[in-house]
Amino acid sequence: MLSDEASANCPLPDFGDDERISLAHGEGGRLSRRLLRGMLKPVQNEFLIGLPDGATLPVSSGKLVFSTDSYVITPRSFPGGDIGSLAVFGTANDLAVSGARPRWLSLGLIIEEGFSTHELGQMIASIARAVRVAGMQVVTGDTKVVPRGAADGLFINSAGIGELVLPLPGPDTLSQGDRLLVTGKIGQHGLAVLAARESLGFDPAPESDMTALWPAVEALHAAGIRVKAMRDATRGGVAGILHEWADACDKTMLLESGSIPVSKTVRGACELLGLDPLHVACEGTMVVAVPSEEVSDALRVLRTVEVSNEAVEIGSVSEKRMAPVAVRRSLGQLVPLDEPSGAPLPRIC
Amino acid sequence: MKYVDEYRDPQLCRRLVAEIRDTASRCHTIMEVCGGQTHGLLRHGIDRELQGVVELIHGPGCPVCVTPAEDIDFAISLCQRTGVTVVTFGDMLRVPGTSLSFREAQSLGGDVRLVYSPLDAVQLAVSEPDREFVFFAVGFETTTPATALAIQQAARLGLKNFSVLVAHVRVQPAMEAIMESDACRVEGVLAAGHVCAVSGFASYEQFTRRYHVPVVVTGFEPVDLLNGILRCLRQLEAGVAEVENGYERSVQIGGNSQALQIVDDTYEICDKPWRGLGTIPNGGLRLRECWRQFDASRRYSRASLPIVEPVRCRSGDVLTGQIKPTDCEYFGQECTEETPLGAPMVSSEGACAAYARHVRPYI
Repeated sequence: MLSDEASANCPLPDFGDDERISLAHGEGGRLSRRLLRGMLKPVQNEFLIGLPDGATLPVSSGKLVFSTDSYVITPRSFPGGDIGSLAVFGTANDLAVSGARPRWLSLGLIIEEGFSTHELGQMIASIARAVRVAGMQVVTGDTKVVPRGAADGLFINSAGIGELVLPLPGPDTLSQGDRLLVTGKIGQHGLAVLAARESLGFDPAPESDMTALWPAVEALHAAGIRVKAMRDATRGGVAGILHEWADACDKTMLLESGSIPVSKTVRGACELLGLDPLHVACEGTMVVAVPSEEVSDALRVLRTVEVSNEAVEIGSVSEKRMAPVAVRRSLGQLVPLDEPSGAPLPRIC
Repeated sequence: MKYVDEYRDPQLCRRLVAEIRDTASRCHTIMEVCGGQTHGLLRHGIDRELQGVVELIHGPGCPVCVTPAEDIDFAISLCQRTGVTVVTFGDMLRVPGTSLSFREAQSLGGDVRLVYSPLDAVQLAVSEPDREFVFFAVGFETTTPATALAIQQAARLGLKNFSVLVAHVRVQPAMEAIMESDACRVEGVLAAGHVCAVSGFASYEQFTRRYHVPVVVTGFEPVDLLNGILRCLRQLEAGVAEVENGYERSVQIGGNSQALQIVDDTYEICDKPWRGLGTIPNGGLRLRECWRQFDASRRYSRASLPIVEPVRCRSGDVLTGQIKPTDCEYFGQECTEETPLGAPMVSSEGACAAYARHVRPYI
């Protein structure tokens, strides 16, 4: 979610009188320039002046982290965000959970012929707002227009560069007794998108948790917390990450079902759809692993930051058992938590 | 959350487990009918908690699993026709047909869309009048009223581009077929609560008399399941066989009369081939003559379908409780969630999928 402050003072792009994107917009002539000018206005900064072929970036003395992702989501807009803000926060958070302060972003837009310039303008404005929240700058980009049917409206690729601030030992160093935390309620983003895509009509509609995670990482760094591993729980949800970590360290991840934070809306929707919130994606929530002696400090620090003020402990790393990830359910029995296989599907009954 | 938390209360669960242990003088064999119950039992570890006290065997209540390959192949062939879209539930997408699954047909250009309700399929037909939409109607008594409603809605709207491929099945005839089999070990039955919410449970009176097994209408949460098992055990220990309603908050003896009426208006009972179980007398439904214009099996020809080959999947043995999924030689070997030999491994209610998710790591 974006704060009102971030959305204020954000110039809207101006595409002249063009209502729809045509192939000519991508062919390098006058229309291309007009489109580009319109798109650049809201994200303008010193690196884009004169539109050089490449951005020249000041290199710090430390290490850089580089990450890329492509965004093809349907629907393009959903409660709490859209493909534009997703393309920014998704990449910014990949940098943040790598321990890097997100700095610079590239954007590649693939636009389907006939796409509405009004919607494109909204997406660019959304990108501009998200970039401010994430503390990043768009420093280079590319736009292509493809014939109708060759893409679904708008695809975005973004690549980000960040400065490494908090080097992480990584999930392969997790050991027995380490604790697992989440920084907020889980499953919000996946449910918001699913409900919007399938017009499920939940009231209230679940809203994506999409936001920048960097402030939480920065707070952990500033307090000197010895974080062992961090991941934003995107596709595959918390379960997906824990399976990867279990694999990396050859241990078992144990969760307490009662301590997993889930909003009423997401819980109700998941019950209705036969989904497990642990399998549903987040976009502004991460899993953090810390040594046991750091738990209370880590939680205290995380709770001072808005994005992670609902941080809780959800489980721990145990010696290797038969199942890589297990949840203690109501009877006290440890039950294996399966690895998500593909997207959650609507059930029959 | 109301209607959820109180039925997952750990203390109440433990009390019920203790009571079940005190009640059983020996290990009894109880069949839960519905795949949703199987998943509930395994997900909460109830089967392991009651090991040696109750043997839970898993019944035929997975509609996707029992849908015959001929029907799946036919539906898949429809989605590959020009101008035809097949609409179905998500469970069906990965189920293997003879040569393809829906998902594979989709990647080859077939048009398959997923819905949560049959009424959404009608809506699709309204919004895209130039395409023909076939709803692949799979499910037990729980889903038949919704399909019936969709057909009546399509009739009211005068839709010409909507039809239904009916593969609906009825649970009680299948239970009777299981009880008739010589190898049957079932001593007590947990009837599917949501099926009974529609059809009631009066018809089980005759069932208990004929087969001398107690039947408890049972829900899906841990407290419901434990309660159903306890009530079943009490009858077994007392040597009685009656129908009990253990799902009072949802089920009445007469069921949902409005739903039953619309089902009766739309369908008639017929013999039906079940995958892995053979033809079950009165085991399915077909559209009544007056709705024939919505019957996809009349509208489209079944010619040039692949010949169904015998598969190695032992779904019939699993669905009748003859074997546990883990007893199957293919389980976890050639047959996995990624490379299923049969529907029980991929359906959300399939017993093999339940074992693959909740049990396999422990064996």
